[in-house]
Parts: sequence; structure tokens; C-alpha cells
Amino acid sequence: MNIYQEELLDHYENPSNYGTLTDPDISHEEDNPLCGDRIRIDLNVEDNTIKEVRFCGHGCTISQAAASMLTEAIEGKTLAEVKQFTKDDILDMIGIPLGPVRLKCALLALKVLKAGAYGINAWPGEEDE
Amino acid sequence: MDTPQFRPLDVGAIRNDFPIFATTPPLAFLDNAASTQTPRPVVEAMDAYYDTYRSNIHRGIYRISEEATEQYERAREKVAQLINAPRTRQAIFTRNTTESINLVAYSWGNENISEGDEIILTIMEHHSNLVPWQLLAQRTGAKLRFLEITDEGLLDFTQFRELLTEKTKLVAIGHVSNVLGSINPIQSIIVEAHAVGAKVVVDAAQSVPHFQVDVQQLDCDFLAFSGHKMCGPTGIGVLYGKLELLEEMPPFLGGGSMIRSVERDISSYAELPAKFEAGTPSIAEAIGLGHAVDYITKANLAALQVHEQELLKYAHRRLEDIEGITLYGPAPHQKAGVISFNMEGIHPHDVAGILDTHSIAVRAGHHCAQPLMKRLDVIATVRASFYLYNTIEDVDRLYEGLCRAQKLMTRRK
Repeated sequence: MNIYQEELLDHYENPSNYGTLTDPDISHEEDNPLCGDRIRIDLNVEDNTIKEVRFCGHGCTISQAAASMLTEAIEGKTLAEVKQFTKDDILDMIGIPLGPVRLKCALLALKVLKAGAYGINAWPGEEDE
Repeated sequence: MDTPQFRPLDVGAIRNDFPIFATTPPLAFLDNAASTQTPRPVVEAMDAYYDTYRSNIHRGIYRISEEATEQYERAREKVAQLINAPRTRQAIFTRNTTESINLVAYSWGNENISEGDEIILTIMEHHSNLVPWQLLAQRTGAKLRFLEITDEGLLDFTQFRELLTEKTKLVAIGHVSNVLGSINPIQSIIVEAHAVGAKVVVDAAQSVPHFQVDVQQLDCDFLAFSGHKMCGPTGIGVLYGKLELLEEMPPFLGGGSMIRSVERDISSYAELPAKFEAGTPSIAEAIGLGHAVDYITKANLAALQVHEQELLKYAHRRLEDIEGITLYGPAPHQKAGVISFNMEGIHPHDVAGILDTHSIAVRAGHHCAQPLMKRLDVIATVRASFYLYNTIEDVDRLYEGLCRAQKLMTRRK
């Protein structure tokens, strides 16, 4: 299956929740030094629920589209729910198989989110290794 | 060396030796600067070792071990002849260019480099010809000095003269940049470095596979290259060194094969090249490399170079037509078969990903040359690199693939 399919390209070209929040409750930014992809995620949290989310950054289609999809998925969810998000959830959202190099592109947004919100610094899927 | 009469490459016949191109559409393999494909004669030579005389070398008192030893040493002769080494024992088998350079950095470097000494590198070095010297500098207190490039991607020779002083003990330089393709003026660099008493290590990973390199003519002190970039298998590389340097150097790795006699607390070491080949080497791979040398020599390195130049010139002409493309590196006549570029508004990974959907293999990334990426002010580039089996059609497909990528990624902008 072609990774350059319509839905991904739509997210890349017209990302949801793109931008930053003024004075966010949580803000975190990281890059993937292997390819230079960079993502920042800002969150406003009320009653342990994600009220507002924004992301910004630059990189390849996969990294930016995955970030856009992730922000859509977590808005309105509780921090406890979002903590359960896994590598497989991201892959389900993207819906196409990825090789090991592009996998990191897809997972960068979730990694940034988990590092910012929960202090988890491992790559999703590698937490126990 | 003989200069065989020039005849152009028979690319059609060559391609028939590579089963990987038998698909429809054929794979357009344009990542040869990373690793090349393997022709049948090389695979068959390795199969013959495994099927008919598989055994360890140098010690067996039986027929097939003698045969394996003979074939392994025959491969060394071929490699030594390829680079015109004065003596066969000056060609040391290693795993790859990286290991060859590390061998010099540890064995020669630890003995000859000390605090305050300077090592000159270039900003375009592959990490394999950079990190070993950083480690040496950290061990010894020596200082690394960097030779910059001009905006055309050529070395700044004036700056080289400024950097070169009596403190310079070593110049470590790539013959051909794996990103820009620039062919560096190593002959002049070696002459000037020797004038201040410095030694020169040449990273020839991107030159030996593509044109005739003569270590005696260059007068380099060390020269390193890999088998897998010249139709050989992975896991086999070569270090050439001047005889007096190799003889004075202490061993790099200790173990079997590299000793003359071993007592409880001390050993004496074997003569060259065994001194630097501890443990059971990559026997099949060395034999395969010997046949790879035969293969590219028979195809004719001069014809190969002409062929790659034609592809490179054609690729430059076509790619320059694409709107929003930036090509890095000098003009085709100043470089070997590498073309690096970026497309405006499209991440290099996306370019490579889209080309892959059309069976076109290129590399996207920092190409193990992060300081150069910084100098070019890019995160990464896309790189297409050629070898003897590539065709004009491969370049046309690259061009068409890039046009498709552009259409796909900028359709609503």
C-alpha cells in the first residue's frame, strides 16, 4: 500500500490543531536527530482532561500527519486515557505498514506527548526494553 | 600498469549478471554510494568456497584448507594489484573502511600522536573518517582542525596551506565526498602534507570502486576502502599502508593468527599482513572481493568512469530542469557519480519514500556526514549515486519520479 495516500497527505497539508497555546499547562518539544523531524505539543488541562491541544514543528509527511491525527484523538480525553495510547494506536490511525525508519517518524508525536505529560522518555513500544 | 584499449561498457551484458534487475519494472538502484549490488560471478565464487573447500585458512594440514588459504591470499594479490601496492602484504584485510581507519587511529595514532599535535580533516568527511580521529584526539590531547569547502563544494586549498604547520602530524581526507561527489585534490594535499612531515590517510571508499587509484603515484601513507561498494560482499574491507609504517606499528587486535609465539606474559607477533589480521577472517568475503576486483577490472575501470560521467552529466541536465530543486556539490566534471539535492517544500524522506513506490532506490538523510549537513544548512539531502549497471533509463525514471513527487506534495499549495 502506498504511504502517500490521500488521508495522510490531507493531514500533512491541512493539519488539525496546528499552532501553539499561550501559556499552556504542558509544553514539550523534541526532535529526531536521525532525520531532523521536530515536534512541539502544547496542552491545556482541566480536571485531568485535555481541553486544548496544539502542535507545531517540521518534518516529513508521516511525522506531521501522525501529530495531526494524534491531537485529534486526544482532545477531550483524560490524562489517564491518553497515557494508555500505544505505538499500535498510532499505527492504526495511520493505517498503513511502515518500515523501521519511518516508524520513528510516526511515533515522534506520541513520544513528545508522553515525555511532556508523563515524563516518559522512551520511544513508544520500547518502554520495557 | 597496463592501459587496456578503451572500449565502452556493455551495460546490457553487465545487467544480466545481476539477478536483482530481472524484475519488471527493473529496480532503479541509485544508492551505490552506500552499497552496490553483487554480480553472479562474485556470489558463485563464494558459493564455491562454501560448497567445495570450506575450511579455516593458514593452519590446516589438509587439501581444502590449503585451497582456502591459496584463494584467500590470491584475493589479496588482486586487491594489491588493483591499487598498485608495491608489495602484496601491504594490503591488510579488515571488515570495511571504518575498521581500516580505526586500525590506523589506534595502532599508528596511539604511538605517534601526542598532546598539542594537530590532525587536519575536512568538513565533508564521512563519520568513519571523523569519529576515529575525535576519539584519538580525546585519548591524546591532540587537536582537530577542519578544512572548509567553498560554496561550490570544493576544498579551500588556500585555507589548507594556512592550517598546515609543523604541528600537523596527520591529514585524514576523503578522496571523493560521499555526499557532494567532489573529487578532492589529494595528490597536492599529500605533497604539501609530506613537506611538513605529516602523514596522510586517504578514505578511498568512494574512489577505488569508481576509478583507477594508484597508491604509489599518490604516495599516500594509508588508504582505506570497502568491498561492498565495489560489487563485493559486505564484511570485507582493505587497509593499504606504507611498508615501513605498517612494520613499525604495534598490533591493533590481539588473538589467533597474528602471533609468532605466545608465552604466559608476552608474545611476539607475526609478520605482515597477519600481524593485523587477528582471528578467523572473512574468508568467503575476501574471496568474493577478489572476484569483484576481477569483475570491475574486466569491465574496465576507465570505461566505468566514462559511463558514470555520462550518467552524471545527463542527471544534472535533467534534474536542473525541475523547478524548486537545489543541487549540492560541484559541476559533473569535478566529481564522481553522486548527485545530492533537495526539492523545495518536500522533506527528503518523502522524496525517497515516493520514489520507492516507483521502484527507485535513493538515499535520504545525513549520509553519515552531519558536519557537512550543517555547513550546507540542511537537515538532510536526497542522494542518487551511480555504478556500472545504471542506465539513462534509470535517470529518466528518477526525473519522472521527482516530477510525480512534486505534483503529489504541492498539489494544493
